[in-house]
Amino acid sequence: MPLVVRLRSAVCLLGRFPALAGVDLDVHAGEILLLAGPNGAGKTTLLRLVAGLVPLYSGEAEVLGADLTLDRRSARRHLALVGHETFCYDDLTVRENLRFVARASGGDGGTVDATIDRLGLGAVADLTHGKLSAGQRRRLALGTALVRDPELLLLDEPHAGLDADGRAVLHEIVAAAPGEGRTVLMASHELDLARALATREIRVDSGRTSLPVGGPA
Amino acid sequence: MSVWREAGLVAGKDLRIESRSRVAVSQILPFGLIVILLFAFALDPDRGFLARVAPGLFWIAVLLASLLAIGRAFQTEEQHNARDGLRLAGLDGAAIFLGKAAAIALELLVLEAILGTGVVLLYNVSVHGIGVLLLTALAATIGLAATGTLYGVLAAGIRLRETLLPLLLLPVLAPVMLGATRAFEDGLEGAPGDAWPWVALLGIFAVLYTAIGVLAFGPLWEES
Amino acid sequence: MRTRDRLLDPRLSRALGVASLVSLVVLALFGLWGAPEDGTQKEAQRLMYLHVPAAWLAYLAFGVTAAASALFLWPRTRSLVWDRLAGASAELGVLFTALTLVLGSLWGKPVWGIWWAWDARLVTTAVLFFLYLGYLALRRIPSGDPIGSAKRNAIAALIAFVDVPIVHFSVEWWRTLHQKATVFNPQLDAKIDGVMALTLWIGVIAFTILYLYLLDKRYRLASLEDEMEEREVEAAIAERIGAPVEVAR
Repeated sequence: MPLVVRLRSAVCLLGRFPALAGVDLDVHAGEILLLAGPNGAGKTTLLRLVAGLVPLYSGEAEVLGADLTLDRRSARRHLALVGHETFCYDDLTVRENLRFVARASGGDGGTVDATIDRLGLGAVADLTHGKLSAGQRRRLALGTALVRDPELLLLDEPHAGLDADGRAVLHEIVAAAPGEGRTVLMASHELDLARALATREIRVDSGRTSLPVGGPA
Repeated sequence: MSVWREAGLVAGKDLRIESRSRVAVSQILPFGLIVILLFAFALDPDRGFLARVAPGLFWIAVLLASLLAIGRAFQTEEQHNARDGLRLAGLDGAAIFLGKAAAIALELLVLEAILGTGVVLLYNVSVHGIGVLLLTALAATIGLAATGTLYGVLAAGIRLRETLLPLLLLPVLAPVMLGATRAFEDGLEGAPGDAWPWVALLGIFAVLYTAIGVLAFGPLWEES
Repeated sequence: MRTRDRLLDPRLSRALGVASLVSLVVLALFGLWGAPEDGTQKEAQRLMYLHVPAAWLAYLAFGVTAAASALFLWPRTRSLVWDRLAGASAELGVLFTALTLVLGSLWGKPVWGIWWAWDARLVTTAVLFFLYLGYLALRRIPSGDPIGSAKRNAIAALIAFVDVPIVHFSVEWWRTLHQKATVFNPQLDAKIDGVMALTLWIGVIAFTILYLYLLDKRYRLASLEDEMEEREVEAAIAERIGAPVEVAR
């Protein structure tokens, strides 16, 4: 099975702090991989490294066939990250934010309405981001990822801030991902909820993955 | 997707945000106007002195206000980490540069029109050589927007951006300040012939920094 | 990342130090006693022997910064060596620019009766001073990615360098188009006496040697700083993964 992500001894610095201190990780196409670990373990940095948002200090990193040490841009077009922040503009509406992301990613914005429906954001589609509740913002963040139809979906604490309905939406999206041709890499504290979705789990601690590189469970 | 389409997308987004947030109208423009008012306090408003130095005062007010507009254009990218979203979208660096610079240039042109009217009315300036004035303003504004966008990204994501940006930008813009002021003086004095070398200088500056921006913005945007 | 940690061989560096000391003493002897007193400016003219070499050095230093920055950006020659060199040279450039301005001002007071004149060269030099002060302020901002910030620095240096001729021409036009006759004429070359010219040359050589010596020292300091940072990072990584910290190389 082809590898979507391949990290070897990856080290990433935040300032001078080694947030990642030598990570080995293989992510296979079509799996839903859970990264578990305490606060400060380096999960967020790991996801940002894979997304090409933080540079590699040393080691090897390949994402969707691109070597991140040479090219952090080309893999990005085919992946999406749902982070702690929404990556949205306060003064644009839900619909405008989604349309901008879709068109900036090379699409025509045709999937925006379907995404709004899927996330249950229909009632607030014409409200600006600044007026949304925290839960609605989390859903919008998911929407900005989906609207780009990514091959690799990176989720950083996706359960945080979501109510029961929102979690149901999230679970539907993650569970459907392999069928829609997506691979999911997810960092979460909510282990019970996340384990129900994941096909495999890896522990991250002190900037390292503590399990040896393995195949899909 | 072509660079122009992407640039249009970015410019449209920035202008829509500005039209909705009204920061330019409710903060930057009043700031420019109060600067013009303060010059009258600093200098003598009674003996026609203000009218004589009006071009310089006008361009200083524009320069100060443009610092705010440039800071604002990059501040919107920092709320909710929109910058990361934009980077993930994989837009071409040149397109982001052209889009942001175009949006800033349009805002500045509107700002200049209003501040210019304010200067004419408050300093009692009689307007001549409108063609020279318009061309000067256009060339100077493109130069301002291009350098501003370039230095905006250079200082983006840095904690000290607000203090660093003026220090980086103002020395670079010294020729724009000089050229635009002289060209305006010549235009207002009814000697447009003297203004053309300055307009040419402003044009060269605008073209040069637009070209540098197209080339350098992408790598800087990645590192910011 | 292993890079050249010294610019020059230590022996050569020491020789440069001695040479700059000697040449500065020779310059002082020629400047204060050897060269004849100027007919119109009297003793004050002797400031020229410091002012002109300082100005020359400032331009040389900024030129080196631009060249080193370009060499960093060129993929085949990309190395942190150029980034350090660019930074070291820009610091010296700002130092010598400040010296040029202060000396020019000290010279101006007795000769023109004013501390500052809106002369094209003075104004250009002042703009240059602030241009590179901004560059140095940008350089001081830390980042976790040495290659990334070196790239940023190199681009900033080239953007600033492109501005230099534009500033020069615009200021020149400004001072000549609008005031046909300048207040004074800084072109002393025409009526310069043989010993005066010799002294000026000694000054240029002495300052250039001093520049090379200081450049080497500043480069060495930068490479030691880089090495220290590298070791701190290595120690932090070792600490994070719980392995014993390796004894320094």
